Amino acid sequence: MVTLVIALPLAGAVILLIGGGLTDRWGPYLATLLPVVSFVLAVVLFAHNLGQPDSGRSHTTHLYTWIDAGRLHVGADLLYDQLSSLFLLLITGVGSLIHVYSLGYMAHDPRRRRFFAFLNLFVAAMLTLVLAANYLVLFLGWEGVGLASYLLIGFWQHKPSAAAAAKKAFVMNRVGDMGLSLAIALCFTTFGSTAFSAVNHGIATGSVSEERMTWLGLLLLLGACGKSAQVPLQAWLLDAMEGPTPVSALIHAATMVTAGVYLMVRSHAILDAAPGARTAVVVVAVVTLLWGAIIGCAKDDIKKVLAGSTMSQIGYMMLAAGLGPAGYAFAIFHLLTHGFFKANMFLGAGSVMHAMDDDVDMRHYGALRTAMPVTFLTFAMGYLAIIGFPGFSGFWSKDKIIDAAWHEHWWIGALALLGAGITAFYMTRLMLLTFFGPRRWDLDGARSPAWHPHESPSVMTGPLVALAALSVLGGVLLIGSWIQDYLAPLVGSPPQESSGAPAWLISVLAVVVVAIGVVIAWLLVGRRPVPATAPAKVAWPVTVARHDLYGDAINDVFVVEPGRRLTDAVVQIDKYGVDGLLTGGPVAVGAFAGVFRQLQNGYVRSYALSVLGGGLVVVLALMVVNWQ
Amino acid sequence: MSTVTPYLVLSAVLFAIGCTGVLIRRNAIVVFMCVELMLNAGNLALVAFSRLHGNLDGQITAFFVMVVAAAEVVIGLAIIMTIFRTRRSASVDEANALRW
Repeated sequence: MVTLVIALPLAGAVILLIGGGLTDRWGPYLATLLPVVSFVLAVVLFAHNLGQPDSGRSHTTHLYTWIDAGRLHVGADLLYDQLSSLFLLLITGVGSLIHVYSLGYMAHDPRRRRFFAFLNLFVAAMLTLVLAANYLVLFLGWEGVGLASYLLIGFWQHKPSAAAAAKKAFVMNRVGDMGLSLAIALCFTTFGSTAFSAVNHGIATGSVSEERMTWLGLLLLLGACGKSAQVPLQAWLLDAMEGPTPVSALIHAATMVTAGVYLMVRSHAILDAAPGARTAVVVVAVVTLLWGAIIGCAKDDIKKVLAGSTMSQIGYMMLAAGLGPAGYAFAIFHLLTHGFFKANMFLGAGSVMHAMDDDVDMRHYGALRTAMPVTFLTFAMGYLAIIGFPGFSGFWSKDKIIDAAWHEHWWIGALALLGAGITAFYMTRLMLLTFFGPRRWDLDGARSPAWHPHESPSVMTGPLVALAALSVLGGVLLIGSWIQDYLAPLVGSPPQESSGAPAWLISVLAVVVVAIGVVIAWLLVGRRPVPATAPAKVAWPVTVARHDLYGDAINDVFVVEPGRRLTDAVVQIDKYGVDGLLTGGPVAVGAFAGVFRQLQNGYVRSYALSVLGGGLVVVLALMVVNWQ
Repeated sequence: MSTVTPYLVLSAVLFAIGCTGVLIRRNAIVVFMCVELMLNAGNLALVAFSRLHGNLDGQITAFFVMVVAAAEVVIGLAIIMTIFRTRRSASVDEANALRW
């Protein structure tokens, strides 16, 4: 049954890709149906799992022996446990809603069959990733996700920017994958196996040096950084907005970027045994959560604001994962709630773009709340959730992370709080620019017939409503600390009572900071008229943020340019060194021949002279030899 | 100084003259004559040594050389004739088609 959850979307991808034009008509519907069936299966599995005692909630399915070579035995094993079960629900649930939404969003795209095939592939790869029972199968899903994201980000391949963005995402992910594959190799040499159970067992018996665990943790972190767009491998995420909007929703909510957090939580035993690596995770996470938030403040492209916000929110999850047992459950909790409200907002942004003729510049929006009431209301639910409005899902999950961070160290908590404030600022700015204020579209009335932004069809608003409901209600998972208890057998339970500031104080503080962020946004954006083009003369922090904190420039200077120099040098060495060695012989022979063939000049008399010379040499030689 | 020394000196002088002629003259007939001169210089040396050693080996070899030279003259003159017919010239420098 677990196998079927993966097999269904995979079969969809295969059928649609191999079936070709035959499936053009019904393919998208099939591709939408299959993840829905997977979701139903996942719910059944989950319900069954809930009925089991804690010890009976983990099942390994052995499909076949994948690799059997020497000491290396890898089975194609699937592990269904508490952690995978939650991911299964998120991926198939949110994934299905995105599929349904895409039916409307991509209705007029001539290549939509292919689009749906790739979506199915994406879901199947992500399911493989979270159901893997060892790191190698996980890596299979990991790479499948990378491939699918490449195909989907570059789906509109006729746009050079989309093709470049897809390549960028792929290449930056390779850097992270290098870390993961090295970690897998290190795992094998250390524990003699790549299975999670063997790794956990090996650590529990305590025979591994901390230094090695730290290396393992850092390599895994590098892998997670690539997939989850954490600093320093964050630059691909903003460019990935070139893909169709449902893809962005899928990448940011249900699949892809959550894989890094999953990897961290799944490798909790390694992190627990390596405090150094955990510190690195926390540092990366804090930097990223502020980095993404600052980028989000300065962008006018609605999707890029949301992308910056994803980076920032994933930073929160990584932060929680870096905090150890105190945070693992909350990392997953925030991942789930973020999956709901971010998918909701991305799909809402897609709905807005749909109405605005694919214009993504928020400066051209305004006053859309009356034109698109459903999109506005659902988006507002996502907005309230992400800023952490009390009662909404994001409030519970983010609050828990800030609380845990505060207990780790007060400045980590303070930075997380600051991030929450900035989040409130840029999300409020997005809301104000998009839905409030005077209308800024079609001011000259140049379009005929007159432009009436319209609400999207119900196939698109339906998923929005469902996701909005989840965004509001996601907090129920925390009732009676259910999610901590559910995950506790796997990752350990957070400490019940901790020293430091009381939890209610942190919550109040968080709400106050969020309120400050909202008010600042109102003062800076809501009260003033918004120019149709971004002002060129701005303070330097805005310039820096507009350039993604110079992430691309840093990459260029430190990686791309040295890399280019290196390859140039290698090319030169190859051309003149290696090739020279090979072609040098023939060239030398040719030059030699060129000189000596001059002797063959056709003049008999010169030949005669040669003969005479030769004769003289022979005679002289004989005389020398016989000299008495 | 042996009795054959003047013959050998003459032979060397004739050979040198022939050699020089082959190398510096362009007319094929003259070149040919110079080749003959060198052959005869050789013959003279052979006969002189034959006399010195008191056996006939050298003289017999000289006869062989004459026979070969006669045959060579026949073929050589024929070639020169043919070259002259096609090129209206008997210069050896004109016949330089066999080159790189």
